[in-house]
Amino acid sequence: MARMKFLADAERCIECNGCVTACKQEHEIPWGVNRRRVVTLNDGVPGEKSISVACMHCSDAPCMAVCPVDVFYKTTEGLVLHDKDLCIGCGYCFYACPFGAPQFPQDGAFGLRGKMDKCTFCAGGPEPDFSPAEFKKYGRNRIAEGKLPACAEQCATKALLGGDGDVIADIYRRRVTTRGRGSEVWGWGTAYGRPEKPPAQPGGKS
Amino acid sequence: MRKILVVAMAAVLPLFAAGCGEKPTVTVYKQGMYQGKPDQQPWDNEQFKGDKVAWEKAVKARNLGQNEYERVVAH
Repeated sequence: MARMKFLADAERCIECNGCVTACKQEHEIPWGVNRRRVVTLNDGVPGEKSISVACMHCSDAPCMAVCPVDVFYKTTEGLVLHDKDLCIGCGYCFYACPFGAPQFPQDGAFGLRGKMDKCTFCAGGPEPDFSPAEFKKYGRNRIAEGKLPACAEQCATKALLGGDGDVIADIYRRRVTTRGRGSEVWGWGTAYGRPEKPPAQPGGKS
Repeated sequence: MRKILVVAMAAVLPLFAAGCGEKPTVTVYKQGMYQGKPDQQPWDNEQFKGDKVAWEKAVKARNLGQNEYERVVAH
């Protein structure tokens, strides 16, 4: 199995925030912590685009590089998880993360910053699977149940794909080739390496 | 004149070589530095009882279920 990845299809996302709600509900996440959120570009302008953003479980994760107490580890499926028991809540990972994924519960006075919380790809953490301790600290472990993340599985338009990187890349590739557009925005050329031909100039010689 | 030229070149040479001494500033994470508790594999639990193949089969079925081109045709 390849690495587990998320893939957000901006052509399909309707900004329903179902993924955000599913994540909140699945893991009983406290108020103020958003493991997942929907970002809309050009909001209100015709042609606006939305994408669902959370921890992208980077192959070379900057949060792992900057953590002073080395709480991060990578599973055999490529998921970036962490041990909350050791987290000191310094916030370095938040500054390093290009997606703003690390969240810090702030339920005390004087800007108290608790232990970091982030998307686990519904894979729990370093506690016994299905144990109350795992659920309390990291949320439900759907991966150990043979399931995929709740956000991706409940997505009504299947804009958010999650799972084996090779499989979801195949699904997305088929979508783009079927609808014939959408590849120019989100790095199709980078991912699949075929430069598109420049459009023919109207009235120009070819 | 030639002596001055040689001295001038010798003086300038370290400036050309200075770029070679630049060290990489990108931090590379080294595997094995993790300080926390070990985690178990997703198939090492009561449900899958260590059967990795069964777990992969279950996850693959869910993966392919996201492809509505295939799913709609199949039903």
